[in-house]
Amino acid sequence: MADPILTLSGISKRFADQEVLHSFDLTIRDGEFFTLLGPSGCGKTTVLRLIAGFEQAQSGSIHLAGEAITALPAERRPVNTVFQSYALFPHMSVFDNVAFGLRMAKVPSVELAPRVFEALNAVQLADFAERRPHQLSGGQQQRVAIARAVVNRPRVLLLDESLSALDYKLRRQMQLELKQLQRRLGITFVYVTHDQEEALSMSDRVLVMDQGRAQQVGTPREIYESPANLFVARFIGEINQFTGRILRPLGDYLYLAEVEGVEKTLRFEQLAEVGDEVHVLLRPEDLRIEYLEDAPSGRKGYVGEVLERNYTGQTLDSLIRLENGHELLASEFFNEDDPDFDYRVGQRVWVDWVEGWEHVLPKESW
Amino acid sequence: MNFRRLAIQLTLTWLTLFVLLPHALVLLTSVLTPDPGQLASYPMTLQAYGRLWDPIYAQAFWQSLWLSACTTLVCLLVGYPFAWSLARTPRVTRALLLFLMMVPFWTNSLIRTYAIKLILGNKGLINTLLQGLGLTDAPIDLLYTPFAVVFGLVYILLPFMVLPLVSAFEKLDPRLLEAARDLGAGPWARFTLVVLPLTLPGVIAGSLIVFLPAMGMFYVADLLGGAKNLLLGNIIKNQFLVVRDWPFGSALSLTLVLLMGLLLWLYARANRHINRRGGLDDSAA
Repeated sequence: MADPILTLSGISKRFADQEVLHSFDLTIRDGEFFTLLGPSGCGKTTVLRLIAGFEQAQSGSIHLAGEAITALPAERRPVNTVFQSYALFPHMSVFDNVAFGLRMAKVPSVELAPRVFEALNAVQLADFAERRPHQLSGGQQQRVAIARAVVNRPRVLLLDESLSALDYKLRRQMQLELKQLQRRLGITFVYVTHDQEEALSMSDRVLVMDQGRAQQVGTPREIYESPANLFVARFIGEINQFTGRILRPLGDYLYLAEVEGVEKTLRFEQLAEVGDEVHVLLRPEDLRIEYLEDAPSGRKGYVGEVLERNYTGQTLDSLIRLENGHELLASEFFNEDDPDFDYRVGQRVWVDWVEGWEHVLPKESW
Repeated sequence: MNFRRLAIQLTLTWLTLFVLLPHALVLLTSVLTPDPGQLASYPMTLQAYGRLWDPIYAQAFWQSLWLSACTTLVCLLVGYPFAWSLARTPRVTRALLLFLMMVPFWTNSLIRTYAIKLILGNKGLINTLLQGLGLTDAPIDLLYTPFAVVFGLVYILLPFMVLPLVSAFEKLDPRLLEAARDLGAGPWARFTLVVLPLTLPGVIAGSLIVFLPAMGMFYVADLLGGAKNLLLGNIIKNQFLVVRDWPFGSALSLTLVLLMGLLLWLYARANRHINRRGGLDDSAA
């Protein structure tokens, strides 16, 4: 495990009488692509602004590479920010924008131009050095903003919803470029976003936040496959939620449980008592659907009616209502062997999931 | 008949009758021979323009420029920080403060100038206060000095400096200052490299609409400056009403108009230059 480059400990932040962060802790490792993910107003941008030095916390401390930077003003912190709105200086050329930080750091003039062009080359904008920001497209401005930040070789690069202003295709492309740039430069990236797809595809680790509190930290796979609570489960991707009741422990973390009227075997890595209620979570792609006549005999499944079917290109997504009224979203990849499988709206189908693919959480009050 | 064309034609007629024609008359008068009986008469001559180079008038001209320049500078030094802090107040407070700044304008500026005279005079508010506190024995000469003229002009013209500056500061995106901080710029670097260049259009606009009227406000110099501290406006007024040399007065007037035209041209050029470089209006979005 790499050493921590950045630690926030016991950070509390209030704006007027609203508490945004409450004794918040965070450790970021050297060289990783770390993402703060959460709905708007969850405090993720405040965390970024505290690291950058634009906000001061009421309590707690921030350490960067072992040194306390809590009291250091923003202009003296060895971190740089790529702003959501880019915040390029409109009265300066691309070159001068990128050179700004170097000039502030009094980098000798012989070194200046090579370093600026090195940064501009990294974002493929060397030919645009003499342009003004307003003569560039949104994607190009975005790259200048990145070059302007990385040229200073910061210990940590902060990115505040930096891709949210771009259209879908360009955003996907920039996600890839950003990830490659991060690997090449070896700088720690701290990325803020509300887009879970973006967070999962780019990050080494993700912190899911809600209402000023950390909900879960982990790799994208951990977050997606083993959400720590219902909030994380619902926020990341689509999820189907069943309610189950433990009937009998079977040992080795397996339990016999009654789930929506059907007896199932659940894998639950916690101690549960007979009669405990649990949440059984299933991703749409974990569900299996069969025509009623093809239903495997000897397996207990569910019977439901197809309410809607959506063709997305890669998958067939179906909304299914079970006999007890519970609605499910199922997502099936097209099968090479059976290219024209499809359902009619109103058709009755058999539904089950692959045993062991369910994720079980203890009952939450909400 | 559409309204737009009517409005344009009305404006054009108005400008022709009350701006272009009078100026043409002034131009004509300036090349005539002075005639105390008939104000001006033929033959045509450029004599009036020759007298502009007369050291007495040249000196008065420079003094007038100097007083106006001082006024502009003081307005800028006072108005810039004022506009900056004003633009950072909440919208409602800002509207109220701007309104309060306008309130004195409901009183005629001539009357307000008389009031300044009462404040600065030997038995005025300031001298009475200073003597009352025992800080000075004899009254200090404040009235009839260049200081009094600049004081009066600043008092009247300050709002004209503040308004364009407030609008320039409103356009200044605070995120640019954060970006500058983020890149290691301290307060002074942020001011000189970001704030000042981006508010420059406001500085130039404000300076122009203070500097130009300041040259012509003869009644301020009349009341506060005595006989020695003249503005170009005073010289022009004297030529028309006292000396009755209309051609020379007209020539002086035209010089003032040309000077204004030159400054406006410079302003337009500077503005275009800055806009081309920056696209400043984009940042307000």
